[in-house]
Amino acid sequence: MSTNLGISDRDGTNLWQPKRGLNEWVEKGVKGLFALFALVSIATTVGIVLSLTYETIAFFSKVPIWRFLGETQWSPTFNNPQFGIIVLICGTFLTSLIATVVALPIGLLAAICLSEYAPEKMRRVIKPALEILAGVPTVVYGYFALLFVTPILKTFLPVEIFNALSAGLVMGIAILPLVASLSEDAIYAVPNSLRQGAYALGATKRETIVSVVLPSALSGIAASFILAISRAIGETMIVTIAAGQTPRLTLNPFANLQTMTAYIVQVSKGDTPAGSLVYQTIFAVGMTLFVMTLALNIFSFWFVRRFRQKYE
Amino acid sequence: MKSDFIQESNFSAMPTSEAILEAEKVTVHYGSFMALRETYINIPKNQITAFIGPSGCGKSTLLRCFNRMNDLIPGAKVGGKIRFHGENLHDRKFDKRIEEIRRRIGMVFQKPNPFSKTIYENIAFGARINGYRGDMDELVERSLRQAALWDEAKDKLKQSGLSLSGGQQQRLCIARAIAVQPEVILMDEPCSALDPISTLRIEELLHELEERYTIIIVTHNMQQASRVSDMTAFFNVKATESGQRQGYLAEYDRTEVIFQNPKEQVTQEYVSGRFG
Repeated sequence: MSTNLGISDRDGTNLWQPKRGLNEWVEKGVKGLFALFALVSIATTVGIVLSLTYETIAFFSKVPIWRFLGETQWSPTFNNPQFGIIVLICGTFLTSLIATVVALPIGLLAAICLSEYAPEKMRRVIKPALEILAGVPTVVYGYFALLFVTPILKTFLPVEIFNALSAGLVMGIAILPLVASLSEDAIYAVPNSLRQGAYALGATKRETIVSVVLPSALSGIAASFILAISRAIGETMIVTIAAGQTPRLTLNPFANLQTMTAYIVQVSKGDTPAGSLVYQTIFAVGMTLFVMTLALNIFSFWFVRRFRQKYE
Repeated sequence: MKSDFIQESNFSAMPTSEAILEAEKVTVHYGSFMALRETYINIPKNQITAFIGPSGCGKSTLLRCFNRMNDLIPGAKVGGKIRFHGENLHDRKFDKRIEEIRRRIGMVFQKPNPFSKTIYENIAFGARINGYRGDMDELVERSLRQAALWDEAKDKLKQSGLSLSGGQQQRLCIARAIAVQPEVILMDEPCSALDPISTLRIEELLHELEERYTIIIVTHNMQQASRVSDMTAFFNVKATESGQRQGYLAEYDRTEVIFQNPKEQVTQEYVSGRFG
């Protein structure tokens, strides 16, 4: 191919041969391939929402929504079934509350310690270690709660064998690395110039961290908190194993109870016939879970955008 | 006479003004790297002293010695003495009183670094942590007025400091530094991130601040040094036999002398733009 400008280079030679003939098609092909992969995740999400919605509508055509929201017992398998979702929400709320009470403060303090106080070497060792901790399978945590934490609690608290406290505490430990790691990222990302600015005014290290660094990292810290809460709400194995299978409307942390996720496990591992009312309850419960975590994530998204600082 | 300031053994008082800060044989290492070699300099009170020189000459390094900001850099070691009102700031007894030193010797940085707080809180923060007991509203207003930002900011004190323009942010940082009522303000290339108009405003501001504060300004802009400063210190850098580059104070004198009739050849070359 000759140069399509019709002029040769200054010295008359032609060392530059355009070789991009195929590129247009390669570009299009690559673009299409990537679009396809991107579509897979979107299609999956849409599929999940559709199947949830379909079965949920089927459920609510048999059970009016006011029963779902208004009843105070959850007994779909009884002869006289009751569908008070509040019972399962209460179980989820209690275990998640205990978990967040453990994970948020400890996680945040660990994050502050790691990013502000720990020497760089220590940070480089501990940070990956934390992320490994986040990778421990939750079924391991579940048995840790049931076989290790519960017996210890039993020595000084009137807990049942299955109880919300043990499951919540261990779930808190399970989500702690997430909080610590994400908050640490947010705190570490605060520009050093702000710390220097505070020090130059005569601030101590503590004043600098509390009044300058943490407020600047607020949006990232909040995002890590909300992500941790949604993880706690959706956590399944720990609560299934350690919190019990007894739907009960209680805020007593020593009691055996059932969370939304544990209920879904209970029904789906059994031999419930597809299409039956009990089968459809898990979709209604799943939809409730989905709506709750979606709401949290939307709130988190809004919050981060509202409070994110741009330093440049 | 005036060049007495750089003579190693002679610390004669400033003819026009007493020295508020005196550096005596100050050497700064970063790890094993010597950034600044044995520097002697006296900073006159209520005047503007400019530090000029090529990159790596140690001018910012020396500036950070005056409020012990080098303490924050891992591996930094400062030798020699920095006297503030005659007392050595690097003495062990001040290790527990660094906050006090930094309140009295404020600093403005190269890039505006307002906190992610409201304009009001940006200024009140320093006063609060240093235990200011007076009327905060009045202090905020006075500081903003002194930094020539009041008219632009008075209606948005509750807005974030980050919502201001770059030049306004830098004046906010100056206001923030003034609010803790320091005696000295150290400025590390305060205009290098600003446009010419914002730069001009800051320079005008410097002249107003001079009455009340001692100012040391590091600048790469020689016109700026000649416009704003009373005294100018020219720092240079030279390679040792081992190939390391060391900064040192080459010449220190009244600004007009440095720019019109310097004693050192190298100063002459630098200020006339022949190198650097």
